[in-house]
Amino acid sequence: MTSQERAELEKFIEQAWEKVHEMGLNPFPVHFELVPAHVIYEIGAYGLPARFSHWTFGRDYHRQKTMYEYNVARIYELVINTDPSQAFLLENNSLIANKLVVAHVLGHSDFFRNNVYFAHTDRRMVERARLHADRIRQYEMEHGPQRVEQFLDAVLSIEEHIDPVEPAYRRRDPKEYEHQKSILARPTSEFDDLLGRVETPEPPSTKRIPPEPEKDLLLFLHDYARDLEDWQRDIIGMVREEMLYFLPQIRTKIMNEGWASLIHERVLESLPLTPAEHIEFRRMHSSVLSPGSRMSLNPYYVGYRILRDIERRWNGEPPEEEEQPETDWLQRPKPRPAGEGWQKLLEVREMECDVTFLRKYLTEGLVKKLDMYTYKLEEVDGSLIWRVQETDWEKVRDTLLDSMTNFGVPVVTVEDGDYGRRGELYLKHHYDGKPLDMDYTLRALKNIYTIWNRPVHLETVMDSEVTIFTYDGQQVTRRGRGA
Amino acid sequence: MWHHPPFLLSQDPWDLHHRAERDRQRHNEKVKEVIKQNLGEIISQQDIITAHDGKIVKIPIRGLELPRIRFDPNAGKRVGQGAGGTQPGDILGQEAVPGQGAGKQAGTEPGVDFYEAEFTIEELMELVFEDLHLPNLQEKGSKQVMADATQFNTIARKGPLANIDRKRTLIEAYKRSAKEGKPGFKIRAEDRRFRSWEIVPEPQRNAVIFAMRDVSGSMGEFEAYICRSFYFWMLRFLRTKYTNTEIVFITCHTIAKEVDEHEFFAAGDSGGTKLSEAYKLALDIIDKRYNPREWNIYPFLFSDGYNWGDHEVVQLVEKMASISNLIGYGEIADELWGHTDAFAPLGQALYERFADDPRVVLVRITNKEEVWPALKRFFSKHPEVQSV
Repeated sequence: MTSQERAELEKFIEQAWEKVHEMGLNPFPVHFELVPAHVIYEIGAYGLPARFSHWTFGRDYHRQKTMYEYNVARIYELVINTDPSQAFLLENNSLIANKLVVAHVLGHSDFFRNNVYFAHTDRRMVERARLHADRIRQYEMEHGPQRVEQFLDAVLSIEEHIDPVEPAYRRRDPKEYEHQKSILARPTSEFDDLLGRVETPEPPSTKRIPPEPEKDLLLFLHDYARDLEDWQRDIIGMVREEMLYFLPQIRTKIMNEGWASLIHERVLESLPLTPAEHIEFRRMHSSVLSPGSRMSLNPYYVGYRILRDIERRWNGEPPEEEEQPETDWLQRPKPRPAGEGWQKLLEVREMECDVTFLRKYLTEGLVKKLDMYTYKLEEVDGSLIWRVQETDWEKVRDTLLDSMTNFGVPVVTVEDGDYGRRGELYLKHHYDGKPLDMDYTLRALKNIYTIWNRPVHLETVMDSEVTIFTYDGQQVTRRGRGA
Repeated sequence: MWHHPPFLLSQDPWDLHHRAERDRQRHNEKVKEVIKQNLGEIISQQDIITAHDGKIVKIPIRGLELPRIRFDPNAGKRVGQGAGGTQPGDILGQEAVPGQGAGKQAGTEPGVDFYEAEFTIEELMELVFEDLHLPNLQEKGSKQVMADATQFNTIARKGPLANIDRKRTLIEAYKRSAKEGKPGFKIRAEDRRFRSWEIVPEPQRNAVIFAMRDVSGSMGEFEAYICRSFYFWMLRFLRTKYTNTEIVFITCHTIAKEVDEHEFFAAGDSGGTKLSEAYKLALDIIDKRYNPREWNIYPFLFSDGYNWGDHEVVQLVEKMASISNLIGYGEIADELWGHTDAFAPLGQALYERFADDPRVVLVRITNKEEVWPALKRFFSKHPEVQSV
């Protein structure tokens, strides 16, 4: 980008800022950085600049960069939820593309700052992640990169099993916690009694371990896995902190993208553009807001259309017409009636996450207009086909909500950390009608074993039967509940 | 400078920023590990054997992922979105039926992630040959031929960014700035220094390989295919790693004949089998051209194991063993013909005599995937063998 273009972009940012301020938005201060494509793909793969090193990030980086090089897909922009927000723009984007991106970024930054699900996120996460990366690099030097990688593989494979509902800083009763740890630290060999290793039996614990079923598997392992070295415990804690930071973004993907798209549209509509810029803006806007591949939803499109529908309805306008032009024939933006609509949107962007948003505002009309449907895999004459099942709006909505429950991850709780009084770990999958992928799940179970270092059990439901899988460090066994 | 309203717009040089490179390389290594585990299957494929240099081979492997506790991606309903007018019953896509082997392409299946690793034939070779060696190689003879090795031991002004030497680049930038009398410094292209390599000649030893092939009528299409693909990989291996090795090609039915490479691979099958002729011819050639004191000698023979005069072969192999570094005998058994696990008569005879002799390696191949293990057995280090 030339310095002249940069000056023009700066001027545009000032105007855009004024505009979003008028609209009632309140973004963090933003540091916009113009960077080459490989930097954007790198930060996109890692999620944060200067995050710790792992081959899965290298894999994602390679994929995204390849897609960019083959022109299959590209990231226009990236913005980090921090105060000030850090935004990365592609330096070889056209000026108008970067104008659109700047307005889009202001929408995201406003969302980060005001949406209630982000209230507890660490706004200095970039610095914190950098410290994490430094510590992990230090551990690599002390314990060898291979050991650190193996341990990270294990922890990352269960990183979603945290509990965003609980405050991240809760405390355990320290006395009870010490007592429970001493129970788990007792020897477990079956010959302990003969070898005289058994000391005076401890008084029975007043509470189970954990006292209540625990959804935060990472926290439980961090606090109770007895054989971990300090650096390993530290890694679990760091991965968990970073996941707690990312989770609100996963839970508000549709709303956040919808909001940012609505904002960039309103900002660009209201600021002076040359005719060529206007055409380019409309072209980009409609390519971002087009239906997804038929097997998925485009969160930008769905979020944007729902938000617009809310605004219309709260303004008392009739529901959206089929293809309503955004501008009249002179390409002047259509006047928008000043009603309750915008106030309602500001409230929605503050209070909802995707699940509540879709439950409240995905209407029958929208499902029809957005051509949403359910589909599944069917076997027909020996071949497998993906076939559309229903277009009924309530079924579509409920299927969508179901797939988003617990961010699409099976709910697993720690039921017992002293199972069979042998210090074994008993996990329960809360079955809701969707079967697990046992190939993946059992490999994840082995990873949990490497952290817990004693047999791990997982209860689930297979073919309507309660089934328990156990990995004892050697092999996986399977039994029904009665057995 | 922060503006009012509060924003900052900056553009800094990022050329030297390549943090993801290390993790990308680690991922590549892991992909190679997976491919190495499946080399047997990969290298037995016809299109790889017939590939020309520089050709890119795509190898679909299941994406390297961390295992997670997840739902069965093929069970249950999902939500999708069309461009309008979608009706129940519409078909969105087809899924490859599981169990159709390695040819599976990246599909539409939402849950399974296929990764197409791309390799040039040369890169694939490198993977294949990484662990192969000419066993028991001795320093022999006066005509020392050279093989090249590369070592990173020098600094260059030009090179790929991945090889940049940060410390030296910074020092150069400091030095230049100091000379120009400017405070601070900025890195310019001319300051860049790269780690580079030199080609270091490594002494190599004289070696001759005898590639011998049973071309009698009992060698069917399958046997010929295995035999060709073994020798194909052996030749590529030798020519990649041991550039000056000499190779003598011999075909044999009831008469043995020294042939050129083209004839060797093209030879059709006919007639009876008298493999002792092949060894006799090899010994004769050794006598005339390859003095065992000067040469490392490696005779290989592939056959179906049905032969006239096994006893004579055993005697000749004994004689051969006394002057060779390693003798390889490969027996190809087409399981379609109901062969059992045991060797055919010739293999059996050799086995009875040489089972305990580390210089004679006997291998049985019953399917395409076993070519790779056979290569590994012949060309591993065999440290147990004493020098002759």
